[in-house]
Order: sequence, then structure tokens, then C-alpha cells
Amino acid sequence: MNNQSTNQNNFLDEVVLRDRLHLYTKKLNINKWDLGASSSIDSSVQVDKGEAKQMKSAQRNSITIRVWNESGLIGITSTSDLTDNGLFKAIEGAKDASNLGNPNDIPDFSPLSKDPLPELKRPIINPLGIKTLYSVLKEAEADLIGKHNSIKSVPYNGIAEGISERIYINSNGALRQMRSTHASLYLYARAEESGRKPRSSGAVRLAYGAKDIDVESCIEEASDKTISHLNYQPIDTGRYLICFSPDAFLDLLGSFSSMFNARSVLDGISLSQKDSINTLISVPCLNLDDNGLHKSNIGASAFDGEGTPTKNLSLIKEGKLVNFLHSESTAKQFGVKPTGHAGLGAKVSVGPDWFVVSRSDKYRLSKSNFNHKDMKDKYVYIENLTALHAGVKASQGSFSLPFDGHLINQGDKTSIEAATVAGDIKDLLMNIVSIEEEGIITPGGVSPHIWVDNLSITGEA
Amino acid sequence: MDTSTFDDKWKPHLELLLAKGCSSGADFVEIFLEKTDHISILAEQNIITNVSPSFGIGAGIRVFKGFRDGFVSTNNLTESGLNDALEQALAMLGLNVSALDRSKFQGLNSLRDFGNAKRNWLSDCPKTKEATQKLLSGTSSLEVLGKHLQVRRGSYSRSWQDVIVAGSDGTFAHDIRLHQSTGLNVLAADGEHRTSIGRRYGSSDTPDDLINWDEKNSAQEVCDSASSMLYADYVDAGQMPVVLANRFGGVIFHEACGHLLETTQIERGTTPFSEMIGKQIAHPSVTAIDEGITPGAFGSISMDDEGMESKKTVLIEKGILKCFLSDRAGELRTGHIRTGSGRRQSYAFAAASRMRNTYIDAGTNKPEDLILSIEDGLYCKSMGGGSVGPTGQFNFSVEEGYIIKNGKLTKPVKGATLIGEAKEVMPRISMCADDLDLAAGFCGSISGSVNVTVGQPHIKVDSITVGGR
Repeated sequence: MNNQSTNQNNFLDEVVLRDRLHLYTKKLNINKWDLGASSSIDSSVQVDKGEAKQMKSAQRNSITIRVWNESGLIGITSTSDLTDNGLFKAIEGAKDASNLGNPNDIPDFSPLSKDPLPELKRPIINPLGIKTLYSVLKEAEADLIGKHNSIKSVPYNGIAEGISERIYINSNGALRQMRSTHASLYLYARAEESGRKPRSSGAVRLAYGAKDIDVESCIEEASDKTISHLNYQPIDTGRYLICFSPDAFLDLLGSFSSMFNARSVLDGISLSQKDSINTLISVPCLNLDDNGLHKSNIGASAFDGEGTPTKNLSLIKEGKLVNFLHSESTAKQFGVKPTGHAGLGAKVSVGPDWFVVSRSDKYRLSKSNFNHKDMKDKYVYIENLTALHAGVKASQGSFSLPFDGHLINQGDKTSIEAATVAGDIKDLLMNIVSIEEEGIITPGGVSPHIWVDNLSITGEA
Repeated sequence: MDTSTFDDKWKPHLELLLAKGCSSGADFVEIFLEKTDHISILAEQNIITNVSPSFGIGAGIRVFKGFRDGFVSTNNLTESGLNDALEQALAMLGLNVSALDRSKFQGLNSLRDFGNAKRNWLSDCPKTKEATQKLLSGTSSLEVLGKHLQVRRGSYSRSWQDVIVAGSDGTFAHDIRLHQSTGLNVLAADGEHRTSIGRRYGSSDTPDDLINWDEKNSAQEVCDSASSMLYADYVDAGQMPVVLANRFGGVIFHEACGHLLETTQIERGTTPFSEMIGKQIAHPSVTAIDEGITPGAFGSISMDDEGMESKKTVLIEKGILKCFLSDRAGELRTGHIRTGSGRRQSYAFAAASRMRNTYIDAGTNKPEDLILSIEDGLYCKSMGGGSVGPTGQFNFSVEEGYIIKNGKLTKPVKGATLIGEAKEVMPRISMCADDLDLAAGFCGSISGSVNVTVGQPHIKVDSITVGGR
């Protein structure tokens, strides 16, 4: 291992890394290159009835290198072997791959890769250490089991903390570096009552450091949700008024994010077309932003894989599609600027950071007074959707998804035993009947509760 | 440390680390070293749009004390890097090396080299240029054979892994693994009608697999499916009998039952079958097997990631539960003996009990007998993905389905999802045909994503919930 590329804390030294790349690429007659590097140290614990089941720690470094050959074609390689031999082999691999580069789509450096970065005032929190993590989790497990007689175990649980670093460098002088810390806690309890099926639910909390995780509220939420599913019944198959929780609505939107993705549009696998900008794709009172810089986004990054600064981007404004997410390559083809949503590749991927759904008060919906806290009419509350990888056909717009939720009638709440909800995302966005006022912050974004009428549910009744 | 080859040269270094671990009071110490060489290639329409090679090295060190274990992974394979990792893993369990006591460790056995005959496999694989030509032949076959194809994609990935496992019980084993997978996908569109269809094929330990791939036949299969499904109606929801086709239909058994027969599920208390050994858990027509020995199958392994030779494990025999899949930690914590099923995606994960090639064994019926036995039901010709929840509930999407009416296949339908619970569905598998076949896939779970094979003959489930519109 050539430790010149890492400092004493095992993190990458971006200046040394840049100099090594200059040296090796010169040897191979490569004049144009860029790289993305990441480094992390993570620790985590899981417990089982008070005992530490497994304690883990990981130290990782990896680099992705892109090179442009004499013909201007691009090649890429990734490696976790940062020895001299490993790095040299990776550059050679990228050069070989460039001989098969796509002449019809050649990414370039982002024109914004040397622009000033947004200021991210995120704290760097010192780790608590694995023994303290164990103590916190052990206590949380015991507290959760103690919340209700029917909660017998917490089969899925974990607490983790880590520090990570990202670097972007190119041969044109761009050099980006950022370091961040993160921590997480998840608790999924299993409850069982005599003669009844086991039920399970849980909660997740994120923070910049383990000391800041709101353990109490995680226990409360996991307990409340699990207990709320003890009184369960099958539901009749039919069409229902639905209230999506913020988590569920964000998951659904995320699964269909190819609608906003310029790469998917160019590849022909999006529901949107190149000329879809300014068309109405939802009810007029829906706004959707992608805001990776949101203060509640624990995983915020100041730049994307191509070094483009992250920014808040409006995607749907008053029902109209107003922007796509772009990389350098797609932006060039659309005649716009990159938006800070790119990965790093020969074919550059594009993806959202952090969705923020909100209500535009300029327009009113037919049922704009609906509120899940005091709704008297019969409706189905979808707490969370599962198996999105299997039940969403993003290029077709259809979904058929299992969910956890409740049938609520005159305030009476009955958990739904096993059911799926099915529909079409384009129809769903057009059939929203109410968007509640309060935006709820979740681990994956911000959204109010969203009401949709006449969605199809299959139950086992 | 020389990472160019994993062989006997590593023995003294590994023995020293293991001796340190044992001197500290650990019950067991295991070191897993890995080197990888992957490449993935994507062809879209008639052009190669992505060639992504990647290389990796890493080590995973696991220490047991009582029922607890500590696991540390690192990319740093220097002597000091491995020492640091060991010390971290020991410290997690409250252990530390004060003085080296060689008597605590008896040394490693002679190297059991499963990889010796495989050292040329990487160079025997097709060159990148050859691979791109084969993929482009696949996407042009789609163009020739298909109609209304808006997107045509071919993908190839080759994964080469060189591993060595050393344990303080003397285990010392080396292996080289080669997995290749190839896929064709299309998006067909005509006005408002859209469908996406894909097929994936995979093999292990067969360097010339891509060259021997019949891409035209695969393209024909994909285009036939797309043609059927493009104008299909949505399925009506309800409870009904279904027939699941062979090959990838086995994903249901994998998800709904196979995972519940891993000892990790006993440890968590999340399997309903933990006390059911020797008892009837499925219909008497069901015999289910998990093994790692079928030559060339995607889930086959010469040894598992704990250095144990692979074997065949009968899970269910004529409906009676016979065995759980167990790894080292599973054996320690549940008492079920190891079955050569300790698997992990990479050095970054501790091994866990995982499936290999898992299938329902062939029965005696003909596939058409199963269809003929149903008045109103659903034929699931091709399955999409699925998952199983923490209480055993499963769900699967049906990629290509047909309504069965009076014993005959009628119109194609889309949008179906099968949902249920393993404990309730297993006794309802009432008929198995004689056409067992396997299909390659990837399984994601506690120790990452591993190559597996699912399989079954055509089977009939007497009643299951079909989600639709």
C-alpha cells in the first residue's frame, strides 16, 4: 500500500492524489482525465435481546478514473486498490476502455466544475465509539420491548456512525473536497398476540453524529406503529379514497423519478419527452423541488460526481414540469446548464438528491379541507409502500405495490392485513384531491400528506 | 504483502495474525482476503454506450467470543493494515493482544486449493472487443425480430473473484470464482400501450459462456413476450388458483420459503419454521433442495466463504422439513450444523447462511396437466422481482401472465402481483410437473448481494391472492 495517498487518519490526501494522477497519466500519454474518490470509516452494532449480536467496523477507499484518449473518446475504471500498481492498472484499464468509447455521446468536464460551491454548514461530529453505540442500542431495544406486552423482540435493529470524504479532481485544475459525518438508528419490532399473526413495524432516525440521534422518538414511533397493526383485518378488494403518508408519497415519486431525468428522456425510458417542459403533469397546486441542500438532508453534498455545485431545482411548479435533472452531457444536448445531479461515468447517470413536495396556495383542490388528523369519511391510510423494486414499472408508469396501512372509518382505525395498491403515476398525479398544508420532514425528503381518490386496492377478504 | 497471488506464501502472515487473535482470548478468528476483477458492458440500440472495468482488494476479519462476534473490513492489505483491523475486531469484544502465545493456535492446515485449476479462467474469458460484438449481435437480433421496440438493450457482466480463507481452527482454503451474466431488455411502445420485457442468463465457472450464448434465441424469446404483452389488459384482482412456470417461477420458493430456512432467521426469531424439523410444512408433492454443486449453475460454489466445501442439502422432502441452511455463526447460535452455505458479497460483509442453487424438485405431472386442472385462474409465465417481509409475507410481480379459462390459456394480462405467506402457501402447492429448470439471479440480504439460482418445474398453487386493478 502506498500510503502517500492517505493521511494518518486513513483519509485521502487530495493534493497527493492529484499529483500521482498527473504523473501516471503522463506516462501513458493521457492529457485529459478526471476522478472521483471516496473514503469512509464506519462502525455499527446490532443487538439481540441485550447481547451485541455483531459489531462491525469498515475502512474503505475507492477511486473512479475517467480518461479521454487521442481520439477524444472516454474510458473509465474504478478501483479500491490504491497501491502504485493498483492505480496505474486502473488508468491503463480506463485507457483500454476508451478504445470502445461511444463516439455519439462524449461527456466533457462540467463547465461549472470550478464555480464556487454553496456553503454547507454541517457539523462534523466526533464518533461515540462502538461500545457506546452498543450501550445506546441495548437500552433502546429494552425500552421498545418494554413498551407493550405484545412486543416480543426487535429483530431488525442497528445503530451506526461514520465519517466520509468525497473528492473530485480534473486535469483542468478543478479540485473539490468535502468531509461529513453521519449516524443512523433503526428499530423494527415484532409483536405477537395469542392466536394472531405476528405484526411488525419500525422507525428510522438520522443525524450528523450518534450523540444527536433522537432515540426516544424513534422508540416511540416504532412502538406506536407496531402496536397500531395488532388489530388487523383483511380488506375488501375495491377502489378507495387514499391518504399517502409523506414517506409513502416520497417513495412513490422517487420510484418514478425517471420522469424528471434527462438521461432517461434521452434513453427513451422516461414517461416524459424532450418537449414535455411546461406541460401540465399534475394537479395545479402541486410543487416539487429537488433540494439536496435542504437543512434536513443529512447526506447533503456540495457538488455532484462531475464537480458541479449542488442547488435547489424546481421540477414541478403549479402542476407544470419546469426542469429536468441534468449531467454535463445531457445539459449539452438540451442546451441548458448542468444541475448538479450527475454521477461519474463513461455514460453518466443522473439522479435526484432530496425531494421537497409542497402545496401551491394559488390553486384550490376540490377536497382541500381534508386532514388525516380529523377526517371522518372512510379512507385507507398508506403508511409505507414496500417492494418498490419489483412492483413499479417506471417506463410504463404503472405500479402494483404491497403496503402497510390502516382502514379508517369515523376515526376507527383497523390495520390492513395484507394488500396491494395499484395504479398509474400519471393518473395519480392528476387525481390528487387534497394536499395537506404541513410539510413533514422524513429521512428521504419533505412532503405533506397527499390524498388521492379512487385507487384500486386488492385485499384478501 | 504480495497481493498479486493468493497462495501458500500468505500462510506465515496469516498464521501470525491468527496466533495474535487466539492469544488475546478469542474463541475463533477468521481472515478472508479478496481480489476482484469485474467488467460490465452495455449496448443500447446498435452502439456500445458503457464499458466499466473495476478492480478491488480487501480483507474481512471476524472474531468470535462466546456467541458474539466483531467484524472489521479494510482495503488496506499491508501488514500494519491487517494488524490494525484485527486489533479493532478484538477490541470490539473487549479483547487485546498483550503477549503472543503460540500454543493457543496450532497452525493452519495444508492449503486446500479449489482454485488451482482455475488460474487461467480470467484470461480465458472473451476479450472486451469480443464481448461487445456479441452484445451488439443481440441488440441487432432484437431489431430484426421485434416490433414497436423503442429501446433495445444488451448487457454483460463478468465477475472474477480470488479469495483465501484462514481460520483459527486450521481452515486454510483458496478459490477462484467466475460469474458471467448476460441480459436482453426491450421497451415496446405503440401509442398509449407500453411494455418492458427482459431476460437474464447467468453461469459460473464457464469462461466461454458468453461466446456460446445463443443471442438470437434469447432475442426471439424477449420479442415473443413483448409482442404478447404490449396490448395486454390489466388483470382483475382476486383469490385464484395459479400455475407458475418453471425456471424463474422458482423465485417464489426462494423468497417465500428459502429465506425462512436460513439460520439467520432462527437467530432473529423471524421464521415460523424454527421448531418444525421433521414436521409437515408443505404439500406432500413438494421436495425442495439447495445445493452448490450443479456444474455451471450461477449459484454453484466449490467452497463457501468460510472455506467449507459445497454440498447438496435437502430442505424439504415430500413436504417434511429436513434441514436449515447454516453457516459458522448459525451453527454456533442455533445448533444447526454447517451446510457449506456461509456466503458474502465481498470482504466488506461477514458471511451468513445464504442460498445457492435452490429449487423445488421435479414431480410426475406434465405441465399441461396443471393448466387443464384449472377452470378460472392465472398462468404466470414470467416472474419479475419480489421480496419477503419480516413476518413472512411475500409479494412478486408477474411480468408475463395469461388468464386460464376452462383448462386453456387465453388472453395475456399485466399488472399482477402475487401476495401471501409462506406458511399458508406451501401446503397449497398441489401439483409439480416433470420439467425442472433453473434460472440465474441475484439475492440481496444480510451479507450483501450473492449469485444464486432459482428453479422449479411448473407448479400449481391451489389459491393465492392476485393483486391487480
